[in-house]
Amino acid sequence: MLYREAGDFKTSYPDDSQTFPIAFDRWRYWAVLAIAFLVIPFVINDYWASSLMVPFLIYAIAAIGLNILTGYCGQVSLGTGGFMAVGAYACYKLMTAFPDVNIVFHVLLAGGITAAVGAAFGLPSLRIKGFYLAVATLAAQFFLVWLFNKVAWFYNYSASGQINAPERFIFGTAVTGPSAPAWAQYLVCLVFVTFCAVLARNLTRGSLGRSWMAIRDMDIAAEIIGVNPLKAKLTAFAVSSFFIGISGALFFAVYLGAVEAGDSFGITKSFLVLFMVILGGLGSIFGSFAGAAFLVILPVFLKIIGVDVLGWPTEMVAHLQLVIVGALIMFFLIKEPHGLAQLWRLAKEKLRLWPFPY
Amino acid sequence: MTTKKLMTASVVALMAATPVMADLVFPSLSYRTGPFAAGGIAFADGYADYFTLLNERDGGIGGVMASVPECETAYNAEKGVECYEATKAEGALVYQPLATSITYQLIPKVEVDGIPLHTMGYGRTSAKNGEVFRHTFNYPVNYWDGASAGVNHFLDLNDGSLEGRKITLLHFNGAYGKEPIPTLEALSEKHGFELSTIAIDYPGQEQKSQWLQIRRERPDYILFWGWGVMNQVAVQEAANIGYPMENFMGIWWSGSENDVLPAGAAADGYKALAFHEMGSDFPVFDDIQTYVVDAGKAAGAGDQIGSVLYNRGLYAAFLAAEAAADAQEATGEPEITAAMMRDAMESLEITAQDMEDAGIPGFGPVFSVTCQNHGGDGLASVAQWDATAQEWSLISDFFPSDGEVVNALIKADSEAFAAENDITPSCD
Repeated sequence: MLYREAGDFKTSYPDDSQTFPIAFDRWRYWAVLAIAFLVIPFVINDYWASSLMVPFLIYAIAAIGLNILTGYCGQVSLGTGGFMAVGAYACYKLMTAFPDVNIVFHVLLAGGITAAVGAAFGLPSLRIKGFYLAVATLAAQFFLVWLFNKVAWFYNYSASGQINAPERFIFGTAVTGPSAPAWAQYLVCLVFVTFCAVLARNLTRGSLGRSWMAIRDMDIAAEIIGVNPLKAKLTAFAVSSFFIGISGALFFAVYLGAVEAGDSFGITKSFLVLFMVILGGLGSIFGSFAGAAFLVILPVFLKIIGVDVLGWPTEMVAHLQLVIVGALIMFFLIKEPHGLAQLWRLAKEKLRLWPFPY
Repeated sequence: MTTKKLMTASVVALMAATPVMADLVFPSLSYRTGPFAAGGIAFADGYADYFTLLNERDGGIGGVMASVPECETAYNAEKGVECYEATKAEGALVYQPLATSITYQLIPKVEVDGIPLHTMGYGRTSAKNGEVFRHTFNYPVNYWDGASAGVNHFLDLNDGSLEGRKITLLHFNGAYGKEPIPTLEALSEKHGFELSTIAIDYPGQEQKSQWLQIRRERPDYILFWGWGVMNQVAVQEAANIGYPMENFMGIWWSGSENDVLPAGAAADGYKALAFHEMGSDFPVFDDIQTYVVDAGKAAGAGDQIGSVLYNRGLYAAFLAAEAAADAQEATGEPEITAAMMRDAMESLEITAQDMEDAGIPGFGPVFSVTCQNHGGDGLASVAQWDATAQEWSLISDFFPSDGEVVNALIKADSEAFAAENDITPSCD
């Protein structure tokens, strides 16, 4: 009834090719943004920010990044944790080397550095595919973590090998460090998420995204119709790593404030982000958000139910969490291999016919 | 009808389950799952049982009940932060995360929230300088004391000279394992021994290459900074290459029953540093049996009582309870706040009498804390494993570390931290 094309007349080409062609979708999109920007910052507290919203937003950026590489361009990567580490350490080095420059530029530059590193590690993708590429990116994961542990220059020769985010300000409000208010941490992540999601959405709708998808669907055919695989694959690696680098920088500077390469950016992080992408839906920006929300919020929700409401022992809840999340992953992979994004797509199809399906 | 029933049931469940706000809150950021659970479970049980004992036997601390809400971190920094944020609003008096990586997250946070953090024998060593780290305490000992105490023990074995000897530090490749390196470097310069460091990556189930290197280098002594499954593997590997166990010494986190039992008789003679007594031969354990175990209130499975790490958890709880009692005495208020707790921790004095009163005579070193010194006097002892009797026992008194070397390093590192974070060191 509400959700349909009928009656929504487009009179120009830009109107016709806009991101959300259905009026209701556009309104929903603006409503979500309005709530995220104008309501949540006023009600958020430390707990909600640091255990739910901030990690959700940061993982959403990482998932968008991996989704571009794996979902849109079809290149499997297990190096996400390593690339996040590049973002984090680049951000740390920039923050300590140029303390007068605004943190926003540090985060963006950290993304840029990660893009260069990612493109370098993407070179093997020109020769190898599938599982073999996964193994090559796995090597990147282990090499990068080893590098940040081994070379003391990356952690400014501190005794423990930990990096600590110094306090930095945006418009006079601390956004990193312990005294940063919850709303500021949330807002800075939100701005980056919005920027990344809009950028990713438009890149994937443009000619670059189409060349990625052509490579994903059949690389030989793509080459024959004139897609340059060198350019497509390397740009996918670079753009994907740019997003992952930003998420790594925010993960370190805004969220945790102190990290250690092996502890925070190990192989488990790579798998976590890969699960987000697969569960959320390969080749979908919405899916990246859905997957991140699912894997960040569900464990906390289960913990609150188990420990705080039902009063069960903590170790039992922790084990149950693994069982439930694991079972849900299997359930979704069997019942809906295209992820949560496909459920959303189906719901929208149904909505178009509602309330008079034929 | 059904909906209504469901609603009522859930509301009732919620009301029944919401914990009654207890007056003295000691959150336990424990890890009963994950790769380090074997150590985490025993410590968390000891920590919880001691407070249960105080509640059951004495009616709490100074007449106010203590509560120990547990939160599972799985030794993971992200979950640790979530646990901290989730429990701090309940009026937490002191945090003991039992993980160096979580400690690094919490050091700046507790400074802002004004809640003391006690990292007993782990965490950031330079937090000993209380002028910089106002809310972080690491009494009675820290890693640099441990490194120095280990070297002192080797000095004793060699009539005071390690000239030309080789010592290898075998360590976890992370913040925790890297901590002792600066101290050992300084000590190697002072005593003329040759230091080499070999890192083990997390989680450390595979150490063949490290032990091959040890076989090649043939160090006279090995100091070992490991945790979790890494420990058992290292002890087993040392046995495999026939390394003399009495020259192989772990830090206190590498010296529990879990670490030596898998290697069987071959682990006999393995040494570890310690800062408290081993075994259950203390009056307090009779009380724990009567008031906690027999009453069915033991934490966890109740099978850890008297193990090394259980004792450590108990000791941590004892130190926290002593500070809370001191705070009550100093302020005259039974329901203390985190700020009062901090002040009491800063003036804490553990005497032989205190330990005797608590039913643990001679359990740990006698020490006192001041603003300049949040780390106590750095007294440690050496324990050795007896595989036939299957027990750890202390083979030395509590002896001091090399304060000259350790304190200079602490001063340098804490001042660097203060400069980085714009902190003016002061005591008021």
